Amino acid sequence: MAVFRETVPRDLPGKMMEINWSLVLLLGLLGVAGVAMLYSLAGAEWNPWAVRHALRLGVGFTGMLIVAMFPPRFWIGVAYPIYFGALLLLVLVEFAGVSINGAQRWIDLGPLRLQPSEVMKVALVLALARFYHDLPTEKVTSLSGLIPPMMIIGAPAALIIGQPDLGTTLLLIATGLAVIFMAGLSWWFILIVGVLGLMGVVGIAVVGLENILAEYQMDRVRAFTNPDFDPLGINYHPNQAVITLGSGGMTGKGYLEGTQSKLGFLPEMQTDYIFTALGEEFGFVGGISVLAINALIMAQGVGVAVSCKSPFLRLLTMGLITTYALYVFINIGMVSRLMPVVGVPLPLISYGGTVVLSILVAFGLILGAHIHRNAEPPRGVGLFG
Amino acid sequence: MRADRQEQELKFTRRALLLSGAGALGFTILGARLYALQVLDSERYRLLSEDNQFNFQLTPPSRGRILDRFGVPIADNRDSYRILLTPEGTSDIDTSLDLLGRHMTISQGRRDLIHRRARQNRSFQPITVANDLDWQTFSTVNLYAPDIPGITPDVEEVRNYPYGEAFAHVVGYVQTPNEDDIANDHPDAERLLRQPGFRVGKNGVEIAREHDLRGAAGALKTEVDAAGRIIREIPDQSVDPSQGMDVVLTLDADIQRFASERLGDESASAVVIDVNTGELIALVSNPSFDPNLFVRGISSADYARYRDNDHRPLYHKSIQGTYPPGSTFKAVVAAAALEAGIIEPSESVRCTGSTRLGNRDFHCWRREGHGRVDLHEALKTSCDIYFYEIAERLGIDRINEMAARFGIGEEFDIGIAGVARGLNPSPAWLMANRNQPWTTGRTYNTGIGQGFTLASPLQLAVMTARVASGRAVQPTLFRNAMTPPAQHMGLSDDTMARVREGLRAVVHEQGGTSFSLGGLGIEGVEMAGKTGTAQVYSITAEEREQGVREQEDLPWRLRDHGLFMCYAPADNPKYACVVVVEHGGGSSAATRPARDILRRTVARDPSSRPGVFASLAPSTTRGGI
Repeated sequence: MAVFRETVPRDLPGKMMEINWSLVLLLGLLGVAGVAMLYSLAGAEWNPWAVRHALRLGVGFTGMLIVAMFPPRFWIGVAYPIYFGALLLLVLVEFAGVSINGAQRWIDLGPLRLQPSEVMKVALVLALARFYHDLPTEKVTSLSGLIPPMMIIGAPAALIIGQPDLGTTLLLIATGLAVIFMAGLSWWFILIVGVLGLMGVVGIAVVGLENILAEYQMDRVRAFTNPDFDPLGINYHPNQAVITLGSGGMTGKGYLEGTQSKLGFLPEMQTDYIFTALGEEFGFVGGISVLAINALIMAQGVGVAVSCKSPFLRLLTMGLITTYALYVFINIGMVSRLMPVVGVPLPLISYGGTVVLSILVAFGLILGAHIHRNAEPPRGVGLFG
Repeated sequence: MRADRQEQELKFTRRALLLSGAGALGFTILGARLYALQVLDSERYRLLSEDNQFNFQLTPPSRGRILDRFGVPIADNRDSYRILLTPEGTSDIDTSLDLLGRHMTISQGRRDLIHRRARQNRSFQPITVANDLDWQTFSTVNLYAPDIPGITPDVEEVRNYPYGEAFAHVVGYVQTPNEDDIANDHPDAERLLRQPGFRVGKNGVEIAREHDLRGAAGALKTEVDAAGRIIREIPDQSVDPSQGMDVVLTLDADIQRFASERLGDESASAVVIDVNTGELIALVSNPSFDPNLFVRGISSADYARYRDNDHRPLYHKSIQGTYPPGSTFKAVVAAAALEAGIIEPSESVRCTGSTRLGNRDFHCWRREGHGRVDLHEALKTSCDIYFYEIAERLGIDRINEMAARFGIGEEFDIGIAGVARGLNPSPAWLMANRNQPWTTGRTYNTGIGQGFTLASPLQLAVMTARVASGRAVQPTLFRNAMTPPAQHMGLSDDTMARVREGLRAVVHEQGGTSFSLGGLGIEGVEMAGKTGTAQVYSITAEEREQGVREQEDLPWRLRDHGLFMCYAPADNPKYACVVVVEHGGGSSAATRPARDILRRTVARDPSSRPGVFASLAPSTTRGGI
C-alpha cells in the first residue's frame, strides 16, 4: 500500500510555492483600503498619513513573508525568550515609558517607538502554544495544564492593566483563554470558570463598577449606557461616529466626499475611527465588504489551524486569529456604538506603526504555519530547545 | 497512540469550529448593526450630518426707507465703515493692533475690550476694533489691511436720518431690541432680532410701520467645520432677504425742515395740513432731539441733557401736547351760533370791557371795550364780550356739539402712537369727573376757548382745516396713491362764508388782531387767521401792585401759551397752519412763525406738484383744487 507522504517544503522556492496567496491578497485588500481612506482623510493628500502607511505596509508585508519562512522548530525555540523579553519591556515601560492620554504605553527608542503591549499580543500566543506543545496530552485536562498558562496570561495582564489599558488587557485575557480552550481544557474547568465568572459579575455588582474602574473608564461606561450623558464631552465622539457611519447610507457619499470626517467632527479619524470614514464614503456596501474580507481572512486562518499537524502550530494559529478577530470586532463594535469606547484600532486600515507590524508578524506566523502544516516538531525539548 | 492523536485532532477541530461559530455570530451582529445604522436609520443620520455640515447664516434685510411725499428720504440706510479683528488670523493681537495703530487711534480701553472679547469668543469670530470710521481713515486702513494679520475692513448698514432733528418725533428712531421687544415680537423673528447690529423701530413711524419697514431675513447656506468655522458659502442654495418696504409720508421735508428752523429754540409745535384731504404737510415739535444719536445707543450724558431740559425735547408736542384753544375756538362758537340761528350776523352786542354775571365780572381782553360789535367785528377783534353773549344764548350743549364736529375731543388715528384726545367738556363730564354742576360762568369761559377745553395742535389744525374747507377732514400721515377730498361737514355755506370772512378780516382789515402781520406776503393771495392765548397763570392783584404787569415779567413757565391758526388762500383754502408756542407770552409769539410757514407752503403748493407716486401711476397725480 503506497501511502501518500505529506511533505514539508525545506528550500526557499518550495516554501514560496506553499504560501497561501489568497490570504496575502485579502490582507493586501485591507491595506489598500487603509491607504485609500488615509489619502481621503487628509483631503486627497498623500501626506501626512497615506504615504507612511503604504511604506509601513510594504515593510510589514515583506517582514510577514520572511517570518513565514522560519520553521516551527525555530519559533518553538524562541517562544519563551520572546515572551520574557516582552514582559521585560512591559516592566521597562513603567519607568521609561512615554505617556499618551494618561496611559503609559510607549517606549521611545529614538527612531522607533515601541508599544510593548503590541509585542505581547504575539508573544503571549507563542508562549501558550509552546507550553501546550510540550505538555503531554493526558495532562492537558489536569490542573498542571491550567495553572502555568494562567500565570503566563496573568503576568502581562497585570502589567498592562496598570498602564492603564483595559482594552488591551481584556484582549490578552480573551486570547489566552481561547488558546487554553483550544488546547483541550476540560469542560469541567470551563464550567467552574463560568461559575467563577458569574460570581465575579455578582461581586462587581456588589462592590460597584465605579470602585474597580478608573474614573475615565467609568465615564466611558456611563457614556455607553446613555447616549445623552455629556453629549458635548465624552459622548460627543461616539455619537458623531454613529452619525458619520449612518449618514453614509447604502452606498455612501462617494470617495473623497465624506463631510463628517473632513470637517473635523471626529478627531483622530485616521486611527480608531477610520471605519466610520469608510462607512461614510462607501456606505453599507463598503462596511459590509470590509467585514466580509475579515471573515474570509479568519476562515482562512481557522482552515490553516485545523490543517496543522502539530499542536504548536494549531494553537499558535488559532490564538493569533482570535486576537485578530477580537481587534476587528471590538473596533467596529465600538465605532458603531455596540460597546463602550475602547482604544482598539482596525487592523491594517487604521494608521499606526506598531499595530500594522504586529498584525503582519502574526500573519507571517500563520502563513508559516500553513507552509509547515505537516511538520511535526519534537515535543518536550526543554525551555530553549 | 494514533487513535489518541486522531481523537485530539478531532477535539481541536470541534473547538475551532465552536470558536468560529462564536466569531460568525459576532460578525453577524456587526453586520446587522451596520445595516440598522446605514440602511434603516440612514435618513436620520444623513440629516444629522447635514446639520453638522451646514449652517444657515441669517442675512438681515435692508430696512425700508421712510420718504416724504415727493420721495425725499427722511430715514434711509448708510454704509458704516468698521474694522474687524479675527483673533485666529493673527499670532499676536497686540502686534496687529500696533500695526493698525499707525493709521488710526486705538485707545487702551478699546485694546482691553478687544482682549477680553478674544478670550470669550471663539477664535474665528471677528471682534469690532472700530466703528463708524470716516472715509479717509477707512480707506487708509483698507490700503494697509492686507499686510496686517487678522484685520478686515468691513461695511455695515446703519439707519440714517438725514434731516436729524426735524423729523425726530414723527419718524422716531431704531435701536437694538431689548428683551421685551424680542418677547413681544413674533417668535420666528427672534433669531433676526438677536443678530448683532440689527435694530428695530422704537418710536413714531419707525415702530408704527415696523412690519413693513423690516422686511424678512434671508438665509445664507454655509458649510462649517466642527468648530463652526465657515468653510465655504453656498449662494445657489441660499435665500435672499426680502428687503423692507419704503413707507411714504404725506409730509413735505422742505416745509417740515423750514417749520422746524422757523420755530427755533421755542418750546413750540407747528402743524400744516391740506384742508381738503387732511394730509399732514408738516408736523413739528421743538426743541427736538437727534435720532441718529439713539441709533448707536445714546450716551447717558446726552440722554440726561434731553431728559432734564424744561422745554421737553423728547415730548411730541404737536400730537401729545394739549392746550386751551383760547380765542381760536371762537370760530367754532361763531359757527355754532350761526347754525343755531341764535343771532343774526348783523346783530350787535355792546362791549364795555366787561360784563357782569351774578356777582362776578367777566372781562374782555380789551379793558376799554370794543363798543358795538357784530359777528364780523367780534371775530376780527376777538371781542370776548360778544362771545360771552352768544355762548350764553347757545348753552354749553350746543357749543359742545359743534366743537365735536370740528374735531375737539376726538382721538385722531394718524397711524402713529401717542395722539392725545384733548377735552371737549360737557356738564356730564364735569359732574362725572369733578362732581360739580355746570354754571353759566363756565359756558362763558368755554365760549372764548378758556375753561376746561383742551386741544392738541393736531386737533387745532384739523379744526382750522374744517373751518377753511367745510369738509370733515381726517388727518393722515401716510400717503396713499390718492387721498380724495373729505365729505362736507353739512354746515350751511352761509355760516361758513361768514366765519371765514371774519377770519380773513383778522389779518386783512384795519383793527384785526393780526393786521400788523401785513398778510401772507405773496402777491394776490390773502390769508385768514385767528389768534389765541391760553392763560397759564393769572397775575394777582398783589403782583400787579408790585409792578408785574406784562407777561415778560413772569418766569418762563408761568407765561401764557401763544396760538395762531391760519389758512390760505383765504378765498379758496388749500393749506392750514397752526402754531402753538408754549409760554410764548401771548399769541404774537405764534403769528409770525405760522404765517411764514403757511407762506412757504402756499409758495411750494405741495399738492399741486407730482408726488412720489406720480412716477408709479401718472394718472393719480392730483392737480390743485
